Amino acid sequence: MFQSRTDSILSWILRGCAMTSGAIVVLIFGFMLIESWPAIHQIGWLRFLSDSAWNPTAQEPGQFNMLPMIVASILVSIGAITLATPLGIGSAIFVQYYSPRLVGGIYRNIIELMAGVPSVVYGLWGLVVLVPIIASWHPPGPSLLAGILILAMMILPTIALMTMAAFQNVPADYIRASAALGLSRTRTILSVVLPAAKSGLFTAVLIAMGRALGETMAVLMVTGNVVQLPSKMFDPVRTLTANMAMEMAYAMDVHRSSLFVSGLLLMGTVVGLVLTAELLSRRSRHAET
Amino acid sequence: MSRQTQKWQTQPKGAAVLCFVACMLIFCSCSQVSSHRPQRIVITGSSTVAPLVAEIGKRFEQLHPNVRIDVQTGGSSRGIADVRRGIADVGMVSREIAPQEIDGEVFSIALDGVGLITHRDNPLSELSQEQIVAIFSGQVRNWKEVGGFDGELVVVNKAAGRSTLDVFLQFFKLAPEQIRSDIVIGDNEQGIKTVAGNRNAIGYVSVGSAEHDIGLGVKIKLLPLNGVDPSAANIRNQSYGLARPLNLITRKSPHSLVREFIEFAQSSQVEAIVKEQNFVSIAD
Repeated sequence: MFQSRTDSILSWILRGCAMTSGAIVVLIFGFMLIESWPAIHQIGWLRFLSDSAWNPTAQEPGQFNMLPMIVASILVSIGAITLATPLGIGSAIFVQYYSPRLVGGIYRNIIELMAGVPSVVYGLWGLVVLVPIIASWHPPGPSLLAGILILAMMILPTIALMTMAAFQNVPADYIRASAALGLSRTRTILSVVLPAAKSGLFTAVLIAMGRALGETMAVLMVTGNVVQLPSKMFDPVRTLTANMAMEMAYAMDVHRSSLFVSGLLLMGTVVGLVLTAELLSRRSRHAET
Repeated sequence: MSRQTQKWQTQPKGAAVLCFVACMLIFCSCSQVSSHRPQRIVITGSSTVAPLVAEIGKRFEQLHPNVRIDVQTGGSSRGIADVRRGIADVGMVSREIAPQEIDGEVFSIALDGVGLITHRDNPLSELSQEQIVAIFSGQVRNWKEVGGFDGELVVVNKAAGRSTLDVFLQFFKLAPEQIRSDIVIGDNEQGIKTVAGNRNAIGYVSVGSAEHDIGLGVKIKLLPLNGVDPSAANIRNQSYGLARPLNLITRKSPHSLVREFIEFAQSSQVEAIVKEQNFVSIAD
């Protein structure tokens, strides 16, 4: 390949950029490990799951059970995904294949706008509108359900937009071929478009799941933040992220360090999700070829 | 083709010039800081006291142009720890300080009441001390049992580490694990919004913030305690007991500039600022 002097300068600059962004992730991970080491060392992994409660500021020994918060984080995210996935994929199908051009364009803009609304705004809306509605229905109001609804609203645009992108990547030949075979629009979407866009859909859902797990402010404002294993949808819960946001500013020593452990747990879960997404999309790409 | 390469070539040059300018700017700003070297006072601690101290600090900086007041929040315990470790010159603590907690000096700059709040439409106008203990420890689960309407009680508690929680627990002689809460909140504003949106809720927040929001028409009301209203006068003469001092702490024999700042913060010159921040000034 022909390489001029400017090309090599530019490629070094680009290499530098890539290296910096890669190094940041490694640095963050290392920093988290260092910060959480005192807690892991003094408390041990097991006690984060087996202690009787979360009471890190109690007189020695404090109690550090994170299990209810891990469960809450997972429940809130799964609930939100279950709600947002059909809505997101459905609206993408609508925009792409059913809506009149004008309506579809406007709808798409609205979804893009939704994706840009800051999470605190969703949280505030949830706190002053959604939570009182749930409270009048079934007190206390701030609950697992409120968290799921708010999160579903927040990840809906992610799923919808990524699904639209996946549909656009489906080769037009497939659709023409399907039309030539005389298949109806519904049949084409169900049997041609969706299977062809499958890996894109998986990635969309998993990235939305990552976003749901990591969301903090909106969840903190609507879930009530009581550390407990919920027995019903109307029970308040506290997620790992809300716990970190609420206590980090006031935490010291082992307490602070144990909050970094929960950060590490969260990061591990998200990395796991991303790897799964990568694996799944690679496998389905293999299956296609 | 040649035109295109020309275009490509100019970009790295532009970038280099930009880099150079940026470096020069950084260099200049650094040298400027080092030549003046203002005296700094680092203040850390309670997020309740921080806005007040930040305002007082601004006024102090106007009077002493070569002084920088650096205010950081992180909770009362952080304030104490930072002063003890020598990271901060002054710590902000929004509660009483036990003598064994600090080997240094304590200065009160203002008072803040902690008030129980309910939704404005809650017909109940008074609760006794025993009833409040029963509500927050979960012995009572319905408003009917304390003489109110028929409805489930929703207890709003503060997150661990907040000094409003410590003041509340200390006053009602409750242990943290005794409290049965339905909602745990972080700051006062979140507490007020939560109670304003829930007819069944009861919570406690800083009286100053509650009064400020009531003035703006937020749907909450402050309850009297043992028949005493949480007014500024009652907090100052200690007839309203659920209150806390806002303190500044230092190590033993602080630096003269630090002492001057603390004297300023206690003086009548800052009375207007204290009122503006909805706290009760100690000087009356």
